[in-house]
Parts: sequence; structure tokens; C-alpha cells
Amino acid sequence: MYSHILLAVDGSEHSVRATEEAIKISRLSTESEIEVVFVADFSKAKDDVLHSEGKEALEVARRKKLSAVEEKLEAANASYYVTILRGEPGPTIVDHANKKQVDLTIIGSRGLNGLQEMVLGSVSHKIAKRVKSPVMIVK
Amino acid sequence: MSLREQWFSNVRGDILAGIVVALALIPEAIAFSIIAGVDPMVGLYASFCIAVIIAFVGGRPGMISAATGAMALLMVPLVKEHGLDYLLAATILTGIIQILFGVFKVAKVMKFIPRAVMIGFVNALAILIFMAQVPHFIGISTMTYVFVAITLVIVYLLPRFFTAIPAPLIAIVVLTFAAIYLNLDLRTVGDLGAIQRSLPSFFLPNVPLNFETLQIIFPYSLALAIVGLLESLLTATIVDDMTGTESEKNKEARGQGIANFITGFFGGMAGCAMIGQSVINVKSGGRGRLSTLVAGLFLMFLIIVLGNLVVQIPMPVLVGIMIMVSIGTFDWSSFTYLRKAPKADAFVMLATVVIVVATHDLSIGVIAGVILSALFFVSKVSKINVKHKLDAETVVYTVKGPLFFASVDHFIASFDYEMTNQDILIDFGSTQIWDDSGVGAIDKVMIRLMANKNRVEIIGLNSESKKLVDRLAIHNDPAAKMPTH
Repeated sequence: MYSHILLAVDGSEHSVRATEEAIKISRLSTESEIEVVFVADFSKAKDDVLHSEGKEALEVARRKKLSAVEEKLEAANASYYVTILRGEPGPTIVDHANKKQVDLTIIGSRGLNGLQEMVLGSVSHKIAKRVKSPVMIVK
Repeated sequence: MSLREQWFSNVRGDILAGIVVALALIPEAIAFSIIAGVDPMVGLYASFCIAVIIAFVGGRPGMISAATGAMALLMVPLVKEHGLDYLLAATILTGIIQILFGVFKVAKVMKFIPRAVMIGFVNALAILIFMAQVPHFIGISTMTYVFVAITLVIVYLLPRFFTAIPAPLIAIVVLTFAAIYLNLDLRTVGDLGAIQRSLPSFFLPNVPLNFETLQIIFPYSLALAIVGLLESLLTATIVDDMTGTESEKNKEARGQGIANFITGFFGGMAGCAMIGQSVINVKSGGRGRLSTLVAGLFLMFLIIVLGNLVVQIPMPVLVGIMIMVSIGTFDWSSFTYLRKAPKADAFVMLATVVIVVATHDLSIGVIAGVILSALFFVSKVSKINVKHKLDAETVVYTVKGPLFFASVDHFIASFDYEMTNQDILIDFGSTQIWDDSGVGAIDKVMIRLMANKNRVEIIGLNSESKKLVDRLAIHNDPAAKMPTH
């Protein structure tokens, strides 16, 4: 049974699609709880700070990124909570998932082509390789 | 966090990250010395002293401070016209000014610097660092271009596969050996200054202690103090955000001052916190004060051991690394910002960049940017909107926006003074009266309207505004005449 579902999101459309799948799976059991994990990327810290009025504004901006995902979860009446982590997205999510021993990790794939993947690196690919729980990659 | 935790809660991570930072600092400290027009040792000694001192007195554990590009760029004219000793004296004075800023809690005021100015600041800094490289690689030789290009390829592609050692250092080691082995004709760091393999020692800068000296160095010290604190507090906020912890901004300001003050007596140039290096430190696992201390100590150790090699570093490799630093410093979201931000903000950002690039002085750009945004702010908030409509037999005026010295003219001009024998209602429900000018304006309007036998009523004043009006208004006084002006 999937009681602790980790849903990794970045605020993109892909993570909204992943949310839909997470909701479907959480309906399989009444005990399912979805942990929405958002990673504040280290390499974006300078940008984020520079473009926000202050600490509180930055917090709000990050929560806003999650609003589409949270709306979906609320509309579906799913039981969920949000965790905001800091670091490099891939390894940070892997560490967190393994430490918390989640039952399932769900993540959206950005659908990069070969070249983009070489330059940017695929977060979902890294997670799929290193997370110990079963992984669902939503295309 | 207790002092003990600030030092020893992350020993392994701090030592490893400190070593990585030391390796990444060397090329930058040398390159920034060259920008300032002094021997590489001035930047290296500064980086060593500042990093070690800040480890003890800084307010943001895990932040890296050393010789920086922003500070180096400010010093250029001082070094060119008066020489190294005046720079050291200016560094000491910079420290004193920053300590005062810290004591008088100026860090709080720095919070009010608008983000448009901060974005303009980092962009201008990036452009100036890039421009400072141009004379070192344009039109020198084909081999120079080749080495710059190879350096860029290494620093951008290598980290994809290997991150244990900073790529700039790998580029330096590999290309320095390649240049020596192939006996290539390239300019080296040694052509621009000497490296001493010794620890810095205490000495007094050789300047006359008189008013004239103060006159020369004070403007530079003030600019250095402002720019240094600006970059340090921005960096501290970034490290706060990355680590999800708080820091003491006034203590950091004081710490920067102490560090610069002492550094000046040990032959180092003024420095401040570095965004790039601090990000490297946190990414490499550095969190505590120990990481900063290790960075400084290991840097000095490397220079003493490898000093002979350092003078042989080809200039094009340093240029390549500085191009990477400028690309990393530039805020690439600025292009989106220009399109999406309010026009006034976009204008302030561009104006800050243009002024800095034109004057080569970051402090002038920042001050101009702050003044510009203050003016825009006043004109933005001084917009007051008065609407009127006829409700039954009564003319109703609805006032929206703040009423103060900058908005009274528009407020007074918004009423129709041709009316006679009318019932008039003025609704202040959506306005706030800030000062006596606002009260005076209400007064003036009332008296002029009542002079034509209109019956005027005021509603919706909030309690604060009402207090102001009751205290000052004279329009209820039948004896009052319209003020002459």
C-alpha cells in the first residue's frame, strides 16, 4: 500500500500533471498521504534573492509556484502537506525520499531532448536511478 | 546558534568546502589585483587576512569574504594616481567607516535599497569585470584567443562530469603546464607583478598623516565602504536563503570593517563578501565559521608552497576565468525583468547600469539609482484620484490615494469652484492625510466651496486623519477668510 507518497514538484506544468497521477494513486487507499516536496535550487538562490523584496516576499513567491499543485490537491480532497527543501534538486529529493523511506516517488518529466538532457541533466532520470522506493515518472 | 555550534557543528563539511573555496579563490584574488593595478600579492594577502578575520568577527557563518572585483574596480584611479600606500591607507579608513556603519546600524537602512538598484549593481559589476579583461586578450596574439577559448571550454564543460576540484583551478594547472611545456609565447602573471612566498607582515602605509592625505583617500574609502557593505549584505541574504538560517547584518557590517581595518596594515587591499565564492562554499557543504577560516589558511599555504608556479600562469587563462566570473555575476533574468517589471523600475535598473559603466564607479551608480527610485516612488504614491457624481441633489466627491505635500496641487484642482448653492459631500473613506499640507488643502477647498454658499459635508475620515484635520482645520470657523497666496 502506498501510504507515504512523495510528489516532487517545481511549479511547472509537468508537476501539475504529476499531481493528477498522484491523486489517482492516493485514492487507492484511505491512508495515503501525499508529501509535496519543492526544492529551492541552490543555483537559483542569487536570482531569487535579487528579484524579491525580502525574505517574506520570497517565501510567498515560492508558495505561489505551488499554488496550481495545491489547488488540484484541495479540489480532489487529498490529504497532503508541503515540504520546502534547499539544495540541488536531484540529490536533495533522493536524500529526502531515502531518509523518509517513502513508499512511492512521483515526479514529472520535463521531456527534454537528447542535447538538452546532456547540458541540463535530467532530474527525473537521476531520481529514478537513485531513489530506493518505486518511482513513477509522469510524461 | 551558540558560538561553539557556529564553529564546530559541521567540521568535516567545513574543512572540505574551505579547501575547495581556497582553490577557487586563488585565480580570482590574482585577477582582481591585476584589475586594481597592484601586485598579485596585495589581493592574495587581502584574501588571506579578510577570510581569517571574518571567520572570527563576521555575522554570517559560512559566507566567504576576500578581495573582490567590485572593490578592485573602485580603487583603479587611486592606485594609478597615488600608488599602493594610499590604497592601504584608504583600506584602513574604509574599515573605520564600515565599523561606524555597523555601530550605527546602517545595515538596516541598506534594506531599503530597491531591488532595481541591486539588479543594476550586479549587472554593472559584471560588465565592468568583463571590460577590464578586454585589454588582456583583444589583439594580442592568436594563441591568446586560443587559450581564452580553451579555458572557457574547460570551466563550462568539465563540471558536467567532475566536480571534486573547481574547474578553474584545473584549467590553470593544465594550461600553465601546457604553456611551459610547449614553450608558448604568452603573457603571464609574472609580467604584471611579483609573488612573494612569505606571510604578510605588519607595517604602516607610507603616507603623510595630514589633512591632504585624508582629502585624497576619503572619497575612495567612503565609496569602498558603501559598495563593500552592499555586496556583503546581499551575499549574506543569499547565504541566509540557501541555508534557511538567519544572520546578524549589523555584526557583519562591523566585521567587514574590522577585517578591512586590519588588512590595510598587512599590505592587503579592501575586500568584501563574494557572492560566487559563498555559493561555492555552501554548495560544497560549508556552513560554519570553520569553512571561512580554512579557506583563508589553505589559500596562504598554497601560495607559500606553489608561489613559483603562480607567476607562470598565462594571462589568457585568468582572462577566461574572469569572463566566467562576469557571466556568473550578471543577472540573466534581467531581460525578463525589463519586460515584466514596472517601467519606472526597469528604467532605474538601466540607469544604474549606464551610470556605472559611464563613470566606472559602482557607488555613484547605486546612489543615483536610489535617488531616482525615491523620486519615482514619490510621484507614484502622490497620485490622488478625485471622482464626482450627482447623487439625488447632492454632488458627491470621492477621494482616493494619499493626501500629502506632493499630491495637494492635483487634489485642489479636482474640484469645481463654479458651483453655487449646492449640497456637496466629500468622501475621504479611501484616503489618508499624511501631513499639514494635506489638511491645508482640505481647508482651502472647503473655504472656496463655501464661499459660493455651498453646503459642504465631509465623511469617511479615519481617526488619524480626523485628528489632524480637527487640530489644524480652520474651515469651520466662520471668521476664516480664504488664505491669500
